[in-house]
Amino acid sequence: MSEELVEEKMMPATPAPVPARAPASRRWVSLVVTLISFVLAFVTGAIVMVVADPEVLGKFAYFFNAPGDALGASWDKISTAYSALLRGSVGSWLAITETTAQAAPLICAGLGVALAFRAGLFNIGAQGQAIWGAIFGAWIGFTIKGLPWFIHIPIALALAMVFGALWGAIAGFLKAKTGAHEVIVTIMLNYIALYMLQFLLTTPMLQQPGRSDPISSVVEFSATMPRLAGTRLTLGFFIALAAAVAVWWLLERTTLGFRIRAVGLNPHAAATAGMSVSRTTIVAMAIAGSLAGLAGAQAVLTPTLLTGFPTQLSLGIVGTVGFDAITVALLGRSRPLGVVLAGLLFGALKAGGLTMAAEAQTPSDLTNLIQALIVLFVAAPAFVLWLVPGLREKRPGADITAKAATA
Amino acid sequence: MSTATHEVASQAPEVLHLDGITKRFGSLTANDSITLGLVPGRIHCLLGENGAGKSTLMNILFGLLRADEGTISVGGNVLHLENPKQAMAAGIGMVHQHFMLIPVFTVAENMVLGREPGRFGKLDLNGARKLVRQLSDRYRLDVDPDALVEDLPVGIQQRVEILKALANDARYLIFDEPTAVLTPQEIDELMVVMRTLRDEGRAICFITHKLREVVAVADDITVIRRGKVVGEATPDASEGDLAELMVGRAVNLTVDKAPPTLGKERLVLTDFTVANAAGTIVVDHLNLTVSGGEIVCIAGVQGNGQTELAEALLGTMAVIHGTAILDGVDVTHMPPKKTIEAGLGFVPEDRQRDGFVGDFSIAENLVLNRTTSFSSVGNLDLGRIRSNADERIEEFDIRTSSQSQPVRSLSGGNQQKVVLARELSRPLSLLVANQPTRGVDVGAIEFLHNRIVKERDRDTAVLIVSTELEEVESLADRIAVMYRGRIVGVVEPDTPRDVLGLMMAGVPFEEAARSVEKSRTEHADV
Repeated sequence: MSEELVEEKMMPATPAPVPARAPASRRWVSLVVTLISFVLAFVTGAIVMVVADPEVLGKFAYFFNAPGDALGASWDKISTAYSALLRGSVGSWLAITETTAQAAPLICAGLGVALAFRAGLFNIGAQGQAIWGAIFGAWIGFTIKGLPWFIHIPIALALAMVFGALWGAIAGFLKAKTGAHEVIVTIMLNYIALYMLQFLLTTPMLQQPGRSDPISSVVEFSATMPRLAGTRLTLGFFIALAAAVAVWWLLERTTLGFRIRAVGLNPHAAATAGMSVSRTTIVAMAIAGSLAGLAGAQAVLTPTLLTGFPTQLSLGIVGTVGFDAITVALLGRSRPLGVVLAGLLFGALKAGGLTMAAEAQTPSDLTNLIQALIVLFVAAPAFVLWLVPGLREKRPGADITAKAATA
Repeated sequence: MSTATHEVASQAPEVLHLDGITKRFGSLTANDSITLGLVPGRIHCLLGENGAGKSTLMNILFGLLRADEGTISVGGNVLHLENPKQAMAAGIGMVHQHFMLIPVFTVAENMVLGREPGRFGKLDLNGARKLVRQLSDRYRLDVDPDALVEDLPVGIQQRVEILKALANDARYLIFDEPTAVLTPQEIDELMVVMRTLRDEGRAICFITHKLREVVAVADDITVIRRGKVVGEATPDASEGDLAELMVGRAVNLTVDKAPPTLGKERLVLTDFTVANAAGTIVVDHLNLTVSGGEIVCIAGVQGNGQTELAEALLGTMAVIHGTAILDGVDVTHMPPKKTIEAGLGFVPEDRQRDGFVGDFSIAENLVLNRTTSFSSVGNLDLGRIRSNADERIEEFDIRTSSQSQPVRSLSGGNQQKVVLARELSRPLSLLVANQPTRGVDVGAIEFLHNRIVKERDRDTAVLIVSTELEEVESLADRIAVMYRGRIVGVVEPDTPRDVLGLMMAGVPFEEAARSVEKSRTEHADV
């Protein structure tokens, strides 16, 4: 065997974006790549902003006569937009708590996707799992009455997590027992969940009596997450942080997590070591589903941002949390701390994006675009390294290879 | 393109010079200014351990890799080899370790692959057939041009590879570890072929790490270690000297072991039958008993069911018939978890795939199959995992800077030490080790063999699967030769190599012994 190529050959078959415990130098490079990705994404966002504004773009028509006009207008546009973004996300105590409120469901669902990644599974189904979580979170939220909040909320969350777990486990089961690819299965399960929500919202189980449109009764106050007075910081954010700690503990400190990681990195070796790959797959998908279900429940149990009143289950209530979760998990490198940070970043973009759209009249999808670009650049480190030749010279990890060769 | 160009071989012989070849991967220098010459009419052995940089050098010569420094030249003309096509045009041919043949094509079709003769897009298969016959007559490499490659034995497939290089009129032939997949008889035949090609005026570069072969066939020997040429030797050098040069220190090539003290029968296989995923019977009504305190080696050419036998014992392959009894317990249909608990230690054939999780640390890999004993109520006991790692690293002399280093980054020998350290660190009834020293350097082989013998002396039943006869001979207390899923015979470890070779081709022991005896007396008569 050409042993020099062994390094490449040993790459795990599953494309899970889980870097090995990287040496310090490589971690440093990856951090720099991430930062540069942010800069690149915001620069691209700025270009889009300018191009999308007919007024500013018009000034470029006579750029060579009066370049100051065009450049000045562009600068105004960009600085207004980005300062609004900053103010809306971290500019005040209210803005910061708004960011945490936006981040909470992202973190929960992101953890679900990340945990599945660690098991070598690409869980595209967080959306569907979150929808089931929302359905049962809301259902418990408005059908049970007269409970104190510290009992009502846990029951609602628990049931949401159970149904999210079941929805995730279906994909895990099909993968484990029939080899059906989890990407296809979870995508299809997303559709089924969405249409089930649509259907259930027209049945007496969920539909608010007297309404003909698909909307449920309002969730009880007792099932709505308490909010710190004068802010938007809710219990949900602390639940998200607790979930991150729990997932970290599970992965790094328990035998189950050991099995999940082993199966994710090398299912063959895991099987040879006596681990049940199929059982681990099902369990990992169930836990992933429960986390996404938790995110869905948060969407219906969090008070409406502006008014602070309880909300009600509607078709779009979970938004795109399940899909955003994929980018959160990718950016967070499938590690709980990374997911929390990525969730906060995207939460900030969401929170600030509203302010930005309102104050600078930027396209409403601009923050989504920036999010997508960040992930794109992070996922293509070679491109970023190509842009910044200084980093490339260092050849991360080469010293490790050398050490191995001489060991 | 090249059917009628064989006279080139008789042109004035020119030496192919590799001069100061340096190749770096990151900060690892795989080749460090290597200089050597391939002389027409001589067999040049390139000897080195796994990872020494032999394959890198040859890949550079064949245009698969580009050297960072240094030149390749023939008779003063510098060659710029950017791809194999240019290398072939320059008369360099390569017989790959893993054959580059399309199994469902015939020999003739494979021969012309990539440079199909014909006109207006119509493949001239008759021309291809004629080419195969011409070449096989000329070099006495008998091959049927119309046979499908997948139906041919490995040795014949290799002939097709050689013929392919010859059809291209390669004057400089590289054989990259060609003997790894051959039976002893096939190896002998290959040596004859190499000598024929040499005598015809071609330069042969023979890459290997097997000392016996080097001594048998080489005209010149270059030893490389860690990317550098560390010495040159003549064929009369002893195997011990060559090993020392290759490893960098004196090596004990034989295993010190006392005669076995047989315990009770521990593993009993009765009519053991295994089918693969496609439903083909790969282990066929096999009967075998292994006692405590003995090493039974399964010898055989790769692909005769040895791997499946080992995996079925572990429980990752389905047993469709028969039983396996381990210490009185029926383990036939147990999943791996249970067989491991029942006292089976397992060293898989492909350690990178099955033996460890490359991205896991040494410490984690050392408890991969026994997390239950390193945890309480589902929580890992990190302290004990760490101290276990320290002990095993010490005991098995695993060369590493830290126990948290990923196993992926260790050398092959150290990776295998991790696997063996894990398996031998709990009480075993049976150790099944499949190719325990494949891809492992000579120094580590010595260590691993001694550990296996030590485990035998603890009254463990040891079953070794190996395709390396050296290993079988030095480890075995009994040799079971396997052919097409069956045991051809169980023989003593001092059985002559040629008898074993015939048995590995399916000939029963008595017949093999008789035929070897006969050919010996014939030789004696001559």
